[in-house]
Amino acid sequence: MQTAIKKWFPILALPTVVAFSISFLIPFIMGIYLSFCRFKTVKNATWVGFDNYLRAFANKDFINALWFTVKFTVISVITINILAFIFAMILTKSLRGTNVFRTIFFMPNLIGGIVLGYIWLMIINGVLYYFNATITTNATYGFWGLVILTNWQLIGYMMIIYISGIQNISPDLMEAAQIDGANSFQRLIHITIPQVMPSITICLFLTITNSFKMFDQNYALTAGAPGTKTQMLALDIYNTFYGRVGWQGVGQAKAVIFFLFVAAIALTQLFLTRRKEVES
Amino acid sequence: MKKSKKIITCALAGCMTAALFTGCSGSDNKDNSGNADTSNVKSIYFLNFKPEVAEKYEAIAKKYKEETGIEVKVKTAASNEYEKTLTSEIAKSDPPTIFQINGPVGYQNWKDYCADIKDSELYNMLTDENKSLVVTDGDGVYGIPYAIEGYGIIYNDEIMQKYFNTDGAKAKSVDEIKNFDTLRLVVEDMQDKKDELGIEGVFGSTSLKSGDDWRWQTHLANIPLYYEFKENASDDDVIINCLNAKEIQFKYAENYKNIFDLYTNNSCTEKTLLGGKTVDESMSEFAVGKCAMIQNGNWGWSQINGVSGNVTKAENIKFLPIYTGIEGEENQGICIGTENYFSINSNVDEATQKASLDFLAWLFSSDYGKDQVTNQLDFITPFKTFSEDEQPSDPLAREVLNWKEKESGNLKNPVWMFTAFPSDKFKTDFGASLLEYVQGQKDWSDVVEDAKASWKTEREASAQ
Repeated sequence: MQTAIKKWFPILALPTVVAFSISFLIPFIMGIYLSFCRFKTVKNATWVGFDNYLRAFANKDFINALWFTVKFTVISVITINILAFIFAMILTKSLRGTNVFRTIFFMPNLIGGIVLGYIWLMIINGVLYYFNATITTNATYGFWGLVILTNWQLIGYMMIIYISGIQNISPDLMEAAQIDGANSFQRLIHITIPQVMPSITICLFLTITNSFKMFDQNYALTAGAPGTKTQMLALDIYNTFYGRVGWQGVGQAKAVIFFLFVAAIALTQLFLTRRKEVES
Repeated sequence: MKKSKKIITCALAGCMTAALFTGCSGSDNKDNSGNADTSNVKSIYFLNFKPEVAEKYEAIAKKYKEETGIEVKVKTAASNEYEKTLTSEIAKSDPPTIFQINGPVGYQNWKDYCADIKDSELYNMLTDENKSLVVTDGDGVYGIPYAIEGYGIIYNDEIMQKYFNTDGAKAKSVDEIKNFDTLRLVVEDMQDKKDELGIEGVFGSTSLKSGDDWRWQTHLANIPLYYEFKENASDDDVIINCLNAKEIQFKYAENYKNIFDLYTNNSCTEKTLLGGKTVDESMSEFAVGKCAMIQNGNWGWSQINGVSGNVTKAENIKFLPIYTGIEGEENQGICIGTENYFSINSNVDEATQKASLDFLAWLFSSDYGKDQVTNQLDFITPFKTFSEDEQPSDPLAREVLNWKEKESGNLKNPVWMFTAFPSDKFKTDFGASLLEYVQGQKDWSDVVEDAKASWKTEREASAQ
């Protein structure tokens, strides 16, 4: 059996490899190539070397967007994971209707980002209307609007992952700890959290990358207003690409830098949390 | 086993690199035979800019196929998505042969794809006065305007008449409003009498939501900058001067502030809520009679007319020039110009280029085509093939024609020179500044300084 799979591996893997190349690898390599070019469409590129990268870093919008994104990511990763974990703890107690609540909490995740953005724009502006303001009145409103929106969208998803982690903890361990006289807080710190470390790894990874890469929600909710003060990296890249004549290459260069950032952060986080995972 | 894996990996990598390079070198598939025989051309491709008339273009394309056998593929980009759609469509193996650019700055963006169409029939069809509107580069002509539009302050004459009949009205007819001072007196008095007039404010919302602020950061900004660049220059040179300007003085910034403050102080919406308003919302405020005036162009008619609960009547909708308190504005008309230019894709073979031009010439000169353009597409065209009575019948287009006619006297309609503004970024930055100003977070002097600085950096950035 093993050898048969090995023998047919190239043919069996071919469709996936071809699809992956067409939809991911080729565009990715072309994207890197284009970041060193001046171009209007992908066909008429001329090589300009590192020029685009220099212009990207000289651009203060990019630095502002980076800073805003970092702040946003830190806040939302913390809030999402803490709230999701609390919900997961509550919904793994044997209470009535936990399945209903799990479903309800998960549902926001099924709505697309643009739609969510517009819905929350209406809600937030509807509330701020009573204070004679809109979400664009102040960049802080936009920031917290984004945090609330992302929380609302991602908590349910992360909660499901935590729930499965918590349910996989062996009852024996809990029982043993209880017999040894550990109170519920000690059980949380010494049993539950170490045991759900794999879930934490996944959830941190998903929330960090999702927050860092966020585009739709940002575009629909604030579109960067006021000015470019609530503009995140992905939106800045998009605006660079279309906002100025001859800046497509710079947009592309920003996208490559962006990719490196996301990859570096995600890999570091994976490395750090993996070390903490315990074998059960 | 390991070896075969390696071979496959190498082969795949090779394929990918090959695909990459063919992708990059496929742009020069021009047929330089010089023999432009269109008999072999089976289809042309027109990427349409105006979503509101997409279906009408399809009917026209069908008729053209019946007459000539050439298929016209019409694809329409969604509102605000034209540049993006064009960027991806033009890189395909079957690219648009006719597309649209929005003026000199748009041409800079697309110049690798614009063919010289100086010798075309379409160019020769332009009236002499409109030949100055084309997009040129050296001796070549790269964009031909096809629809003339105008904008100003649209007002609802029914409400105005009601006001003129009130006690102590500051004017007795719209004709008396010839400058900013009179306009302000009338507007402020109307605002005081708003309950009597049955309106919530004189002006519709100054929509400043990002993406909906073009009426202020582009159209309104045209007026002070038009006067700035017009000094010591003939009218034809205004756009060129603007295009070449590395810096602006924003000499008439105070005048911009005059009118902008008038709009926001006498509006049906509180200043602090303007950041959430869209153009659609303010057009419907006008349509349902919540306000008496609104700044927009003749394209706004379809929007006003399409609002359910519309109470404004076609015969009551008229234009007033945007007065800002600049000397000599008694003779200023509404802003008339164009940002709609046809260009022909230079990267398709010559026969197809010729066939594309033939289609456009047919559209703007055959009886069927002209009828469609006038009555279905509602374009005011710059071509001499259209006679006086072959013009659209919608009230605002009629108004644009009226104002154009008045030019035979002393009156002057400012041209559209915002097509020469340095970049979209300049416009969005200015719009964002205006929003902060209106919300009381920025002083006017900073708005002016930022606009000047932004012009300079954007001009430099786009020249790189």
